[in-house]
Amino acid sequence: MSADPLLLEVKGLKMHFPVSRGFGRAPGWIYAVDGIDFHLRKGETLGLVGESGCGKSTTARAVAQLHRPTAGQVLLKGQDLTRLEGTPLIAARRAMQMVFQDPYASLDPRMTAGDIIAEPLRIYNTRGITHVSRQDLSLRVDELMERVGLSRRFKNRYPHQFSGGQRQRIGIARALALRPELVLCDEPVSALDVSIQAQILNLFKDLQAEFGLAYLFIAHDLAIIEYISTRVAVMYLGTIAELSDAADLYCNPLHPYTQALLSAAPIPDPKVEASRQRIILTGDVPSPDRVRAGCPFYDRCWKRMDHCRERTPRLREAGPGHQVACFLYHDPD
Amino acid sequence: MTDDPLLSVQDLRTWFHTDEGLLKAVDGVSFDLKRGETLGLVGESGSGKSVTNLSILNLVPPPGRIAGGRVLFHGQDLLGMPGGAIRAIRGDRIAMIFQDPMTSLNPFLRISTQMMEPLMLHQGLGRRLAKARAIEMLQLAGIPGAERRIEQYPHQFSGGMRQRVMIAMALSCNPEILIADEPTSALDVTIQAQILDLIKDLTQRLGTAVILITHSLGVVAGICDTLCVMYAGRIVERGPTGEVFESPRHPYTQGLIRSVPRLDRKNQFVSCIPEGDTEKGPERLASIPGQPPNVIDLPECCPFHPRCGQAMDLCRRRYPPATEPGEGRLVQCWLYPEEAGHER
Repeated sequence: MSADPLLLEVKGLKMHFPVSRGFGRAPGWIYAVDGIDFHLRKGETLGLVGESGCGKSTTARAVAQLHRPTAGQVLLKGQDLTRLEGTPLIAARRAMQMVFQDPYASLDPRMTAGDIIAEPLRIYNTRGITHVSRQDLSLRVDELMERVGLSRRFKNRYPHQFSGGQRQRIGIARALALRPELVLCDEPVSALDVSIQAQILNLFKDLQAEFGLAYLFIAHDLAIIEYISTRVAVMYLGTIAELSDAADLYCNPLHPYTQALLSAAPIPDPKVEASRQRIILTGDVPSPDRVRAGCPFYDRCWKRMDHCRERTPRLREAGPGHQVACFLYHDPD
Repeated sequence: MTDDPLLSVQDLRTWFHTDEGLLKAVDGVSFDLKRGETLGLVGESGSGKSVTNLSILNLVPPPGRIAGGRVLFHGQDLLGMPGGAIRAIRGDRIAMIFQDPMTSLNPFLRISTQMMEPLMLHQGLGRRLAKARAIEMLQLAGIPGAERRIEQYPHQFSGGMRQRVMIAMALSCNPEILIADEPTSALDVTIQAQILDLIKDLTQRLGTAVILITHSLGVVAGICDTLCVMYAGRIVERGPTGEVFESPRHPYTQGLIRSVPRLDRKNQFVSCIPEGDTEKGPERLASIPGQPPNVIDLPECCPFHPRCGQAMDLCRRRYPPATEPGEGRLVQCWLYPEEAGHER
């Protein structure tokens, strides 16, 4: 395992947004992502889970350089994307593509399915990065459509003529057009109906097996993350609370927040629901609009200790392949 | 079992006359709701679950029209009532909460104004009493500092808190029925658990019957006594929640239950798994092939047959009759015709 070179390495990533109220200097900042580290190897899936506002989508967008990070490094195959701009950045980013949450908003309604899927290649052609001929482009689009389960007869249809699940397939075909090694999936199934969700999740798994893709897979549904991921990072308020092999995280959650999330997730089985114990958290997720001293989870934690208020726990090894940011498992230094 | 149902929906049909054709959003839905019962309506988008509930209170927006059926509440048909009579029931004896608490609260009005209005209108309370009752309800719904918070505006509340306000408002007139349309779908997991607990706890305490609309089988499993599964405007399966999950009869229900990834195999908060059992779940999810049908101009056959693994010739020709495979259970599928003994 460790012999593989890292495909993606994220170090100390921070993404802060200025809060603007009209003209003049920003009166404050939103600390959306506040110092996270993780890596991804070829062919594996890192699930990113957390509640709304915890910074999961911002993380994906900062990795893709759609937001330029405030601080930190994003190394894709050893190359730091945060230092690149313009065509060199686009060329370097080729190995990493993105699938978005909303299959309605992420497809241009005035382009046909075929044009949408061909667009990444056209852009790379125009930039002089790839040189794909017209015939090859057309063949490639046909091949991609068939691969994601759409008939090539639909090539000239517009997005509104497709259902939600089919649109998400178009989005996936577009992401695959440049033969990436890593796909950033930002809640790709949460807008879909239950019966369609399973189809798309299976498609993601099949594509991974076929092309050796790595996924950074974002979802708020723990069951979906468990199904798709090899490793899982639980995010809370812009930081990673726990990062572990998937099996170990679900069997043996360490962070009080992970425990609460797992205990709150509804299970589709009345017998299980009737007998289970729940940890009900009080309060809401605090706003990420100020830098907090101490543990970000302090306000809602039911295992908090005195020193959690002043000192911030760092992500530390708590077992093989299992990291947690909590003072229950390591002493404050 | 001796008492009459509180609410009886009989052969409800709500049709929308659109430019593309006749859209039968709800086409022959029947169910009974008993006092204190929690009934779950599950289905995918477009299956007609929300329209069913709008129809109960005669709130269907044009071009929708209730084309047939009856909704009996204490023996009175709500659909035939004059406007004034049904307005006296809405919000008072039957209350509703919606998915998005932001759009169902008026952003220009203080919470106090919005909460006192139904109390003054329906219960005839004066301002002072209405406010005291509103504060009491907010406290019951778990809003800290209710006396202060009641003077605030909706934008000053978080999503979970807004849904608490909605629940407090809906239950303030002590309704007999609470209709909750996807009450937790816009909320995070930890907040969802709080809100479901609140609905369960408050309605049990007040003896309110609940119709819960959701697309999440997990939510239904935790809270509902009875489960109705809807597909293309009809109830395809109905029964006590435990039994339906244990032995789903309709192929659609079976597929739905199988296609949801489950956590409990390894979740220490759910069941006691023997030490060292890290058995991985199935490598692939069992999915239902195809797409949900377009309900415009649906032919008179089983609408699920193109996606059904057990479809027969009969399924392509005629809509299956309702059969009762057990006490309180109902299934509409040609796989179970003999058990019926009769055809409708």
